[in-house]
Amino acid sequence: MALLEIEDVHKAFGDNQVLRGIGLRVDTHEVVCLIGASGSGKSTLLRCINALEPIDQGEIRLAGDRVSGRGIDVNALRRDVGIVFQSFNLFPHMTVLRNVTLAPIKVAGLASKLAEETGMALLQRIGLEEKAHEYPDRLSGGQQQRVAIVRALAMTPRLLLLDEITSALDPELIAEVLNIVRQLADEGMTMMLATHEMGFAREVATKVCFLHEGVVHEEGPPEQLFGDPREQRTREFLRHIVEAGRL
Amino acid sequence: MSDQTELAPAAGATAVPWQRSSRVLTYRGASIAALLFPPTGIPALLSSLKAGRLAKEGRIEEARLAGERARDWCWYSVGIGLAAYFALFLVLLFTIRDGVLREVYFERDVITSWDAWRSLLKGFWINIQVALWAEAIVLVWALLVAVVRLLPGRECAPIRFVAAAYCDLFRGTPAVLVLLIINFGFQRARLPLLENFSTTQYAILSLVLVYGAYVSEVYRAGIESIHWSQTAAARSLGLSHGQTLRHVVVPQAVRRVTLPLLNDFIGLQKDTALLSFIGVLEVLARARFINNSQATFTGYTMAAILFVVLTIPQTRIVDRLAKRHSLRMRAG
Repeated sequence: MALLEIEDVHKAFGDNQVLRGIGLRVDTHEVVCLIGASGSGKSTLLRCINALEPIDQGEIRLAGDRVSGRGIDVNALRRDVGIVFQSFNLFPHMTVLRNVTLAPIKVAGLASKLAEETGMALLQRIGLEEKAHEYPDRLSGGQQQRVAIVRALAMTPRLLLLDEITSALDPELIAEVLNIVRQLADEGMTMMLATHEMGFAREVATKVCFLHEGVVHEEGPPEQLFGDPREQRTREFLRHIVEAGRL
Repeated sequence: MSDQTELAPAAGATAVPWQRSSRVLTYRGASIAALLFPPTGIPALLSSLKAGRLAKEGRIEEARLAGERARDWCWYSVGIGLAAYFALFLVLLFTIRDGVLREVYFERDVITSWDAWRSLLKGFWINIQVALWAEAIVLVWALLVAVVRLLPGRECAPIRFVAAAYCDLFRGTPAVLVLLIINFGFQRARLPLLENFSTTQYAILSLVLVYGAYVSEVYRAGIESIHWSQTAAARSLGLSHGQTLRHVVVPQAVRRVTLPLLNDFIGLQKDTALLSFIGVLEVLARARFINNSQATFTGYTMAAILFVVLTIPQTRIVDRLAKRHSLRMRAG
């Protein structure tokens, strides 16, 4: 069944019309990759799904419930939809463990002891349990981003949005972050990711969407979209990516 | 082939041939000016002359070293010279006309009188108490005002306006006027709830109103300086606006504004001297009393010493705190 349905979503920042009628459907256990040039609306779309940006027109539904527009419980929505940002955005004044347990304790109302046990288990999974009581400034970029992923996972979201999570990382740190995403995909986590890592998108995606000028210009399974794109624009975009040596 | 020559021109083909620079800075003019303070000016000039001589002999690197020594001595002249001449000025000031200023401000009988110090300290204890109470209340009250001023959305526009009006009003009025208006007016009006307030309590209320307006601006600047991505991260986890402020934004903002916050608190501590205007027997009122009874101004000096002694350790403590936190806050 469709976990997420996006229908004719429009979003403008002043005169800048970023989304011009996006339509998209994400089924449970799907991994949807958004690709497209900078400014094509990938990040904006993810932020709209999480209600960090209000949409101007259209509708977003999560498991059949409308989650856009007025009169919705945004905090409840965000419990079900986690997001990880390009720039990690860990809380610098809290330890790693506290970063992970803050929302479970304050939002989900978990007892601190339980939240800490869960948090430690999650940190153990990404091999950072010995960093639990460090502050984020003592971690590498890759480690910070892994913590950010775990922080989102601690709320057990039904949908995880990943907004170019490796773009701010040094090349040698990218793999450790992608491995976690790969692992999550194997476990059946429903995810939507905006990415420039085409090789990775090809590997983990069940569906790839090419965004161009604020709409989904072409979508399809990765073999088809990367191997035999139908649209002229998609072919051009992929040609540039190949020329840059990124595919 | 032609492409390559364009990208990397052959050696020796550049328009200006590369040459070894033989420029040496001797700081001659600065060294001569440094003679205004001879103890450091003379070495400056000597180094400068040496640099010139070496440069003429073609010993460029040694000349540059001498030139740099001349520059160092010039800077010493500026710093040490200024301090020395200022000290000399003070000495002159207090010895001129048979030391009348020394008599007036440092009269030995008064400044060594244990009774005078005890009286002043008794008054100063009131200043400290008032300052501590006002500061504790201001910390909370100003944060509240700042948070209200930053409430989002059109529906909060009226309450934002009220908070802004409060800030404008009390930042625009001199503290001494607020003190006089609130104390004398409220005392006569016998307002319900406030009728049992003492003069000191009215003074605390006045200082809270004035400094709450200042400090709320400090808080506001601090909260706004926290990057919105922190808010986005917190909200995306499901934290409400209030929870985001409380757990994520305000704790970081407060650390960032400790220094300006202390500035305002030092201002508040000093403004407790205004309590003498409404008849509280604090340190300034007692200093005035000493002055009048001994025909001197030494009481003022003694009161000033008390305020300075109170302030200096505070700035040092906060400097250290700020240093400790600044390292951590860079990450994230």
